[in-house]
Amino acid sequence: MNVTLEPSRLAPADMMRASLIGLRTRRLRSILSGLGIVIGIAAMVGVLGLSESSKSDLLAQLDQLGTNMLRIEAGTGIGIGSGELPEDSISMVARVAPVEQVASISNTEAKVYRNDLVPSGQTGGISVKAVDINLLATLQGEMGSGVFLDEAARDLPVAVLGSVAAERLGVADGTSGTVVWLGQEWFSVVGVMDTLDLSPDLDRAALVSYSAAEEFLDHDGVPSTIYVRSDPDDIDAVRSVLPATVNPESPDEVEVTRPSDALEAKEAADQAFTNLLLGLGAVALLVGGVGIANVMVISVLERRGEIGLRRALGATKGHISIQFLGESLILATLGGLGGVALGSAVTAAYAWSQGWDVLIPTVAVVGGLAAALIIGVIAGLYPAMRAARVSPTEALRTL
Amino acid sequence: MNYAASGTAAVAFESANERTVLALSNVTKTYEGTPPVHAIRGIDLDIRSGELVAIVGPSGSGKSTLLHVIGTLDRATSGTVEVAGYNVDDLSDKQLSSLRSRHIGFVFQQFFLLAGETALDNVADGMLYTGMALSERRILAEQALSQVGLSHRMNHEATKLSGGERQRVAIARALIGSPDIILADEPTGNLDSKSGEAVMRLIEDLNADGTTIVVITHDHEIASQFPRKVSLLDGKIVEDTRPVDDGHSS
Repeated sequence: MNVTLEPSRLAPADMMRASLIGLRTRRLRSILSGLGIVIGIAAMVGVLGLSESSKSDLLAQLDQLGTNMLRIEAGTGIGIGSGELPEDSISMVARVAPVEQVASISNTEAKVYRNDLVPSGQTGGISVKAVDINLLATLQGEMGSGVFLDEAARDLPVAVLGSVAAERLGVADGTSGTVVWLGQEWFSVVGVMDTLDLSPDLDRAALVSYSAAEEFLDHDGVPSTIYVRSDPDDIDAVRSVLPATVNPESPDEVEVTRPSDALEAKEAADQAFTNLLLGLGAVALLVGGVGIANVMVISVLERRGEIGLRRALGATKGHISIQFLGESLILATLGGLGGVALGSAVTAAYAWSQGWDVLIPTVAVVGGLAAALIIGVIAGLYPAMRAARVSPTEALRTL
Repeated sequence: MNYAASGTAAVAFESANERTVLALSNVTKTYEGTPPVHAIRGIDLDIRSGELVAIVGPSGSGKSTLLHVIGTLDRATSGTVEVAGYNVDDLSDKQLSSLRSRHIGFVFQQFFLLAGETALDNVADGMLYTGMALSERRILAEQALSQVGLSHRMNHEATKLSGGERQRVAIARALIGSPDIILADEPTGNLDSKSGEAVMRLIEDLNADGTTIVVITHDHEIASQFPRKVSLLDGKIVEDTRPVDDGHSS
């Protein structure tokens, strides 16, 4: 007769098999309860993925546009100036050592129309600006068609249109010799610019040279905006000296801004939105966890007979709790994997549709799965303990 | 890790009677409450290897409580219970689980087969908690299913078999580890008379091959077919028809 007793054992593979029984036999319920986790994780992975992809696009855009451009404007409004910069401001700015390029713009009173028959009130919101011929280079802009203003044409009645202005005037491109009624003169359109991300106001403008403005539009040529390209390392120093350089008498009347800041501010706003969506994802995940806990509690009640049988077959309380905890973990893990797959697919599809690089951050994938596992453990803990506490004699009286 | 058995008791028990697999001495089970329920009172019972015993009694006579105590699913309030040479009082809950996994087989009226699993795997689950690999358990399960005449059903989903077949799967599951004793709680209770008879014949055949089986039933007609009938009433044994030719008397 035996004098030793081998302890009850459950091989890991059998433990996994036991934990899968509930999922196999109650598939629809398992899928529905795992869906909460899928949605939560997908939301988090998707939000992080899209945020990362769009940020990468923005960084590429900033990289292309450069962050070393400053924009100088005269302050406008009551008590803060006339809206014009001093006439010699360009030469003053150009003397600042780290400044590499300077170009200015002067707002004119003129309006532009498709032809001389268009009523004067129908301006289409298009302004006419006198500009330096190196403006495009300073802005690092591109021509959509035709050419920008140059030395050869600076004294002629020629104009370059911003992309929106060209569209509103019905000018298809800058190479077909179209003329527009600008001021009280016919101007030839020699080029249409691409969209300028750092100066969107120029998209809705017709640009002429200072000489042409003076000759044909009777414009005084006082600059209203100056664009400065500086050595990127000294951008902050340049920024700080510009107001006093431009207007030594009233530096407070000069506004210096960095257009790339606007894009970064937009990104910051997007980040706030991302955080909100992440919060919503976390709530979905929490609800998913509660769903799993709920299903597991019901499962324990329904499977009292099975629990009794397993205890009769030699399962310890630990084996029973591990089985139910395992079931919850598997459910949450499958939900997590589904969520990562769905979130990645949504990210990839949206990023692709926007022409962005698809970036799915590792932290989102790993974090998503880890969150699912943690939710699975927490959701399964109480039902597992409850299952372990079921008295085998009570359980076997079930049915 | 090996659990130390109730060393002295086990050895002494073994020397007193090598073939005794179950010994109850003055066992009582009382459920707390107002008033307390004395489910079994002062039960003395010993069952030896190879016996086929019916424990019979009306509803409320303490049959199920006795089965749970014998099967170590519940502890006696007082008295001594020895199963397969182990004094149950000396064993922890974990050790009792271990005792059940290796030394006791259960058959229930409700079958308790796992849905979604084949007959073979349900039978293999009889040794699930011994740590034996599934492949080895399946080999033993095949043999057990063959013993109960269900070789042709081994890959069928167990819960989709007929009632009689399901109970035979459950018997095979109890049989698989060659336990010292099989406890069957109303094994024919959920079966039609024909299937019930077939299951009873199977139980007799298994006993003829040497398996020790205790059947709990409320049906005196069934119990009367058994070589030994232990009758319970109000938690006490009122009759024990142990055959006299083996040196024991009731």
